[in-house]
Amino acid sequence: MTNSDQILTLSQRALDYREHIIKLAHTQNFGVHVGGSLSLAEVFTTLYFDAANLDPKNPTWQNRDRIVLSKGHGNVGLLTILAMKGFFPFSVFENFNEVGSHYSMHSDAEVPGVEHSAGSLGHGLSVAVGMALVAKTDMQPWQVYCIMGDGEMMEGSVWEAMMSASHFKLNNLNAIIDRNRLCQEGTTAETMDLEPLMEKSRAFGWSVFEVDGHSIRELLDAFSADSGEKPKLIITNTIKGRGIHSLENQTKSHFAHLTEEQAQLAIEQINNERNILVQD
Amino acid sequence: MKNNNQYLNLSSRDAYGIALFNQAELNKTIVAVTADVPDSVRFSKFRENWPERFFNFGIAEQNMMGAAAGLAREGKTPFVSVYAIFAAMRAIEQLRTDIAYPKLPVRICVSHSGISLGQAGPTHHSIEDISILRSIANMVVIAPADGISTAMALDVISNYDGPVYLRLSRAVEPTVYSSSMVYKFGRANIVREGKDITIIAYGASVGNSLIAAKKLSQEGIEATVIDMAFIKPIDKNAIIKAANETGRILTVEESTIIGGLGSAVAEVLAEANATVVFKRLGIPDQYTLAGSYDALQRHYNLDPDGIATESRALFK
Repeated sequence: MTNSDQILTLSQRALDYREHIIKLAHTQNFGVHVGGSLSLAEVFTTLYFDAANLDPKNPTWQNRDRIVLSKGHGNVGLLTILAMKGFFPFSVFENFNEVGSHYSMHSDAEVPGVEHSAGSLGHGLSVAVGMALVAKTDMQPWQVYCIMGDGEMMEGSVWEAMMSASHFKLNNLNAIIDRNRLCQEGTTAETMDLEPLMEKSRAFGWSVFEVDGHSIRELLDAFSADSGEKPKLIITNTIKGRGIHSLENQTKSHFAHLTEEQAQLAIEQINNERNILVQD
Repeated sequence: MKNNNQYLNLSSRDAYGIALFNQAELNKTIVAVTADVPDSVRFSKFRENWPERFFNFGIAEQNMMGAAAGLAREGKTPFVSVYAIFAAMRAIEQLRTDIAYPKLPVRICVSHSGISLGQAGPTHHSIEDISILRSIANMVVIAPADGISTAMALDVISNYDGPVYLRLSRAVEPTVYSSSMVYKFGRANIVREGKDITIIAYGASVGNSLIAAKKLSQEGIEATVIDMAFIKPIDKNAIIKAANETGRILTVEESTIIGGLGSAVAEVLAEANATVVFKRLGIPDQYTLAGSYDALQRHYNLDPDGIATESRALFK
């Protein structure tokens, strides 16, 4: 596959992913974490369909890359990408949020392909550090990926983990920050300013890349870049709610239910983007 | 039977260091995890022998606890050792959500528990840990009485597929066990038998209760002393049997009386409709004072004289 074919395929998958999230946000009357799942469309697509070494038929395959979703509220996104990848059928969503179902608001390690349960913020990177330590000391070939929200970077435990990852020279650890600049009820800038995020992360001993989180090409380059002896951090600048005009870049996208009309409009928007992709 | 004589008269903490080393020689999945206190938790020999299996996370207990979950997810058996308060309070959410919820086989073996770090005062005393840990699902909570029983406890949990909180002291506890005694998962050990009152304790309080029982015996009061090292799961039958046989129960612990062993025993007694004279001895609902360990034990009636006094009061 040529590079442009690869990008086209991944871009189409990202649109398929968005369509699933939109439909879910419509069918789930209670609402879902739609904004932070949509901002991850290209990150998830590039990671699960290109960068990471996975076997959906054997979710616990020893040499698989480990992907820890630390922002556990991105779970409808995680479940969608896992279903697209073939870890389980989409029918699991029929029991979504029902008592006893492992398919619910926050990620649950009982689900095939989910490495660790998450929901409370600031936990995933530490767990990923532990996993990467095992791979490093036991000379295992697999990589560890940890996807965090930017608001999550306000948790002190994340910076403890950042410090330890560089201390232990975990160059098999790759953290991704979904930099959509919104937390639950405000912008990160007004809630607790994270900037200068890149400089802070570099000062903590990480090799830092900053990309447009909706550009498959930039994500592919960042995932394949060499971080030397350091752990790698990819700051992906994204738009919360990307794909639904009425919700884009708004805090109300964090958790929402879509009306029939909103869902239809959003799917029209996706179809338009599909047409543009093919014409390009 | 395994010869545990090497642990005789050792503190729980010293015995832990040796017993862990011995287990780690056989079980290569064991790794040692700490936060800046490797010598205090007796990891020195482990670190010298297996530097690649030793991880010091610095003064950052939350990250340490979360990373232990990651190590366990990938097949390791982490022994996480820091001062009790920093595991049970500073890093409690990681312990609960990242370790206990997925039932990962992490052994959180904490030192300096209770008031054993005497002069360091309430910032370093750990009097809430038992109450907190007991409330967390999937947790096994053990507080051995002395060196030998610490080694026996490590043996008993060696194949347990889930998280364990093992509470050790900074102090040298009075010796209770001999190497011929038996230790079973979730079982109380009756270390003295008497007909008049039952004293139920864990940790250093077991040895102190035994000494108190000898004093009481001279006055004609014969006490049963139960080592309830397994605070969770608790041995309900042993509690109900003791209540029926002696009619009086005193619980003794170096912990707040709210939610700890005393509460656990009271729950069992109430649900069994037991008729019994009962008292919880421990740290009252207040912050501890700073002072030497011995002086603090006296202050809170947790020394042998104090335990004897509290026992006598149940006969009035």
